[in-house]
Amino acid sequence: MKYLHLVWASLFRRKTRTLLTLVSIIAAFLLFGLLDAVRTSFDQAGHSANGAQRLQTGSKLSFIQTLPQALHARMLMVPGVKDVTYANWFGGAYQDPRNAVFSLAVAPNYLDLYPEILVSDAERKAFAATRTGALVGERLVERYGWKIGDRIPLQSTIFPNREGSKDWSFDIVGIMRSGDQKNSAFFDQMFLLHWKYFDETTPYNRGQVGWYVTQVNDVNQADRIAQAIDAISANSDHETRTQTEQAATAAWMKQLADIGLIVGSIMGAVFFTLLLLSGNTMMQAVRERTNELAVLKTIGFSDFSVLAMVLAESLLLLVLGGLLGLALASVIIPIVSANSGGMLKLPPVGAGSWTLGIALMLLIGLLVGALPAWRAMRLNIVDALAGR
Amino acid sequence: MLFNLLLVLILTAVIALWVILPWQGALALAALFTAWLLLTRRGQQASSVARVGISTLPQRLGASAVIVVGIAGVVGVLVALLAMAEGYSQTLRNTGSRDTAIVLRGASASEVMSVLDSTSVTLIPQAPGIARDAQGRPIASPEIVVAANLPIKNGAPGEEGSVQLRGVGEQAWAVRPHVRIVEGRRFKPGLRELVVGKGAAKQFAGMQPGREVRLGSQTWTVAGVFASGDALESEIWGDVPVVADTYRRAGSRGAVTARLTSPEAFEGFKAALEANPQLKVDVETTLDYFSKQSERMTKVIRIIGITVGIIMAIGAMFGALNTMFAAVAARAREIATLRAIGFGGLPVVVAVMLETMLLALAGGILGGLLAWAIFNDYSASTLGAVGQLSFELKVTPELLWTGLKWALAIGFIGGLFPAVRAARVPVTTALREL
Repeated sequence: MKYLHLVWASLFRRKTRTLLTLVSIIAAFLLFGLLDAVRTSFDQAGHSANGAQRLQTGSKLSFIQTLPQALHARMLMVPGVKDVTYANWFGGAYQDPRNAVFSLAVAPNYLDLYPEILVSDAERKAFAATRTGALVGERLVERYGWKIGDRIPLQSTIFPNREGSKDWSFDIVGIMRSGDQKNSAFFDQMFLLHWKYFDETTPYNRGQVGWYVTQVNDVNQADRIAQAIDAISANSDHETRTQTEQAATAAWMKQLADIGLIVGSIMGAVFFTLLLLSGNTMMQAVRERTNELAVLKTIGFSDFSVLAMVLAESLLLLVLGGLLGLALASVIIPIVSANSGGMLKLPPVGAGSWTLGIALMLLIGLLVGALPAWRAMRLNIVDALAGR
Repeated sequence: MLFNLLLVLILTAVIALWVILPWQGALALAALFTAWLLLTRRGQQASSVARVGISTLPQRLGASAVIVVGIAGVVGVLVALLAMAEGYSQTLRNTGSRDTAIVLRGASASEVMSVLDSTSVTLIPQAPGIARDAQGRPIASPEIVVAANLPIKNGAPGEEGSVQLRGVGEQAWAVRPHVRIVEGRRFKPGLRELVVGKGAAKQFAGMQPGREVRLGSQTWTVAGVFASGDALESEIWGDVPVVADTYRRAGSRGAVTARLTSPEAFEGFKAALEANPQLKVDVETTLDYFSKQSERMTKVIRIIGITVGIIMAIGAMFGALNTMFAAVAARAREIATLRAIGFGGLPVVVAVMLETMLLALAGGILGGLLAWAIFNDYSASTLGAVGQLSFELKVTPELLWTGLKWALAIGFIGGLFPAVRAARVPVTTALREL
């Protein structure tokens, strides 16, 4: 530690070079921070304390196939089940069929199972009392400039209403906020309407339910309960498949993209380049200072402390740039998330990313410093001072 | 300070022009530059200075490699990511053509969401403009597209993925003549038999002819495997009445795909259907339909690719700056001597830039070649409308050219500042240095 100022001084001996190298390192770790956030958001999707208590039951045949509403009562009778709710995909779109709105027709108790969706009591009451009422996520309201009390048209890309028109209208009675920023990416983009109103208005649904969500009393009983639920409709024409919310989401994410591989390959290329780049800087730095290092040795610094000092220098360079890069990433991520209009929702740089990042900085720092440090250690004083 | 600011402004303008320049323009620029090098006095001076610089490159192998590898990294990653977007949109675009049309219920975003009742399904094939087969029947196939859960190949037990299942009419093969059976045979109408696309066969378990798969509570037999070279390959096909029965769709269908007599027949076909008061449908050529389906995803991948590329480019640019500053500093005396004996500033600037751009070009070519060697035709998959969609990354010549453009732009910026510094240091100071 007492040599810190010496290491610092030698690092900034050539300011331009060190600064330019630092910018490269910052860029590399900024990219690492961003990509690791993307990877984490894929990995963590569906992981939450509330999510662990919820099971999703869909048709075994496929996720677009519906189930009879009669299952609701039978599922409630399965021991260990606390509550069951259900929903249908509404396929809403605002103004243009390609302007999709994430809209669900839900049972009255839907919000009871999702405590992470925050709605004021008054607005919940208003929703319960209004047949054509809708609860709308905060971001969605922002995006389209809606407000409570508005009557808005929404087309369904799937279901016509009784008149055969696909233009539905809803009264906005409340706004949903998401209570848990990290895990509830979709909630503030959602549009909820009454399942009953939906079922009565479209001639195409006739008492069918898209999927059921079950809350269990004891998370450890989840597997047994899932099997019990699937057993209800075994060998019928509407067999079900029940999974934990976490498993269901993970399966979707896996089908969407092998994000781990993509992020891994990019970071491999980035860090390989970085290794070469900062390695070159360190080699130059040590080559220039051959004389000074020889002097240090002459006045009594041991071979080992010279080695340690050069290593410390390269570690300092990497850690400095790396920390700045990750810090920059943690500043940029919320800005990107806020400005993407809800397209992207990245978690902030978490403890996992920081740990992995710092480990990478140390590893690269050691690798980069190894060769120059070895050379500095093996330096022969007489040869070095003579400039041979 | 003011001078540097001016330099940055010029730089921005040059890069902006460079971005929109087509390859012919770049070629003309290169020819013009070569002529200048060979024919004018200053050009000849520049080329002789550059020759000295380039001949000393092997002595600075490590430092020069930083530029080459750094830029190769940027170009490689950029090209690979753009190749993903390109492969995805090509796969979907190839699925459509100008001489086939798709008829969906009005305001449906995709086939999966569309429902046509049996009246519409009967009426649509009677519209004018549809080609007819040898027996005089219209070549139109009423189809439904649904999803099915199937076990994933090499997945954990119980792990299922979603595959797009298309129930097709007997004319489906005539509507899409490019679809051919590569293994086994077609399914027999009326039976629970499937033909599976090559892409689906790669993703899901039990997709060999003769094997049985379970769809919900039913057992279906795989009859054959088909290839089409487009998005259809990720689907599995069955006879439409049987599929409709399994999914409890009765007489309704999702969409009708028809082969037109010619691309010109489309307007008449569309007008006839839209004018029919019994129908409420949207009519598009399949080319338009599938291009629109890929728009959003392609855009997302492109934005990701370019963002990652820009951040990496910044890193590589500073690496290049570093190397070139060092190179110029090492040759400070030599350059000052040249200027003292009468070489102008411009030849010095051009020589340093030329050297950097050459290294950048090498990096760009290396990166592009690596991306091409590793990722061209590399299979990837994502979620399509309702099922897994396989596609291959496509490293096209346009993408390689984009990569080269990026490489040269990075080289340009990385070389400009060191070059200008070399040309602006007062000769006396430079000679006294070291």
